[in-house]
Amino acid sequence: MIPGDDLLRLDHVTVRLGGREILTDVSFGIGPGQFTGLIGPNGAGKTTLLKVILGLQPVTSGAVLLDGAPRPARDASIGYVPQKLGLEPDVPLRVRDVVSLGLDGHKFGLRLPSRARRELVSDMLTAVGAQRYADARIGELSGGEQQRVMIAHALISRPRLLLLDEPLANLDISSEQGIVSVLARLARAERVAVLLSAHDMNPLVPVMDRIVYVAAGRVAVGDTEEVVQPGVLSRLYGQHVDVIRVHGRILVVAAPEGVDEAEAAAEDAGVVR
Amino acid sequence: MHYVFEPGFFTSGPVHVALALGTVIAVTSAVVGVFTVTRGQSFAGHSLADIATTGGSGAFLIGVNQFWGYLAFGAGAAAFMEMIGIQRRRGRDVATGVVLGAALGLAALFLYLGTQYSTTTGASFSILFGSIFVITSSTVPALVASALLALATVVALARVLLLTSLSPDIAAARGVPVRAVGAAYLMALAVSVALSAVIIGAVLSTALLIGPAATALRLARSPVKAVLTAAGIGVLAIWLGIVLAYDSFYWPPAGRGWPVSFFVVTLIVVGYLAASLRRSDRPAREDNESIDAEQACSPA
Repeated sequence: MIPGDDLLRLDHVTVRLGGREILTDVSFGIGPGQFTGLIGPNGAGKTTLLKVILGLQPVTSGAVLLDGAPRPARDASIGYVPQKLGLEPDVPLRVRDVVSLGLDGHKFGLRLPSRARRELVSDMLTAVGAQRYADARIGELSGGEQQRVMIAHALISRPRLLLLDEPLANLDISSEQGIVSVLARLARAERVAVLLSAHDMNPLVPVMDRIVYVAAGRVAVGDTEEVVQPGVLSRLYGQHVDVIRVHGRILVVAAPEGVDEAEAAAEDAGVVR
Repeated sequence: MHYVFEPGFFTSGPVHVALALGTVIAVTSAVVGVFTVTRGQSFAGHSLADIATTGGSGAFLIGVNQFWGYLAFGAGAAAFMEMIGIQRRRGRDVATGVVLGAALGLAALFLYLGTQYSTTTGASFSILFGSIFVITSSTVPALVASALLALATVVALARVLLLTSLSPDIAAARGVPVRAVGAAYLMALAVSVALSAVIIGAVLSTALLIGPAATALRLARSPVKAVLTAAGIGVLAIWLGIVLAYDSFYWPPAGRGWPVSFFVVTLIVVGYLAASLRRSDRPAREDNESIDAEQACSPA
């Protein structure tokens, strides 16, 4: 792909924090409407990478380009769903208030209620399947319900790129599938590019167009078949890893030192999950 | 009628001032308070009140109106807290023990020295527990102006504060100057604490700030309704407190009215408890029972 066609492009991004390199020479692009999985173990640098794209984390070197130009300080074309809200049930925000803040929560002063806004919020809640609890307080909802609401919050301002930080972490299987299908549907229908971080790629394999695999601060980019291979991932991790495919699931496991590869694969297949 | 409003209530000048000023300050405190509770900064409010006590005592010692002492120390403390980031969770314990203890110790010294050098009786009492019936008329314009300023700040920042409460990262990504907004809010909080210190006393000022807000957050679901409910509760508590304090002049010991602060704070607590009872009547959502129970157990 020609770099100019990318909605988002990271160009040789390196981030150093307190003498430690969190991200090393990361380059990749995301095209309009693409569904990209940002996959990697905990602590690999996924959240830092998302914060770099959001402009919350300054880069040590390299550039973040939106439509080929440096990312502006204030940009409505990126929507963001953070990992965890951690709100008390006392916080006086109903689900519909949260979604409404997605339109103009960054503005000063008061606003008058309007029917058009109410309908827009209501439509958005229906689109993510959260209409049922529109009047509940956000702090009273389960993790999966909160994720749906935050997706609606992020999408109501019609961004072209949606970033989600571990939206599937700590969800039960049915909520997990619900969120993935909502995202896949909206990405197609609204032509929103989605970049979603996860430590387990399996729920995303059916919907991912591309994978950005992060390990030890470096990335490998391509489609799942290209990237999720022992050779590529071993180079990324800097140690030998095996990729095991069982019952349509993909497991990435480290081979213990001094153990024969095949043996290690067999052992780990039994241990992991 | 006479059983509720004792003779002279409606013709008393100090009562008029108390009612009018009480209303303005109760509304300001309640509205600011909703955001204090929402942002989890009740602790900051309490610290500001302790430090304002020192300021009020110091002002008394050097013969300046106490309000300026409350305001100067409160605003100074707010700036300091913002600078070292103490309004956030970490580091609170140490600050509570050391700094706030020292502030109240200093207040004790100032009050002791002040009462030695002046013949003003009851100064200690009015600094610690308020003096709504003896407001110096020359400070009224400054009090009202400060209240309106704090109120205007919070109203202007309302949406941004809510977005920041939802997620500081989202707010920052959307271009909100999160740090500056937090600092502006903390200043409004300091002003509001200074104001309620004038009417119900420095040590009790957080009651007017947190009480109506916490009660309203249990009763109203949306932000707008929570703010209006809090303001209503605050005003009601002040009005009833003033009426009861006036009436108490005829209660034992006859001829010595009870302090307004006592009534206001008691009414606020009763209101909060009533709201809590009402709330626990409501059945918990089945899918969230465990979460609710967990949060109910953890200290607020």
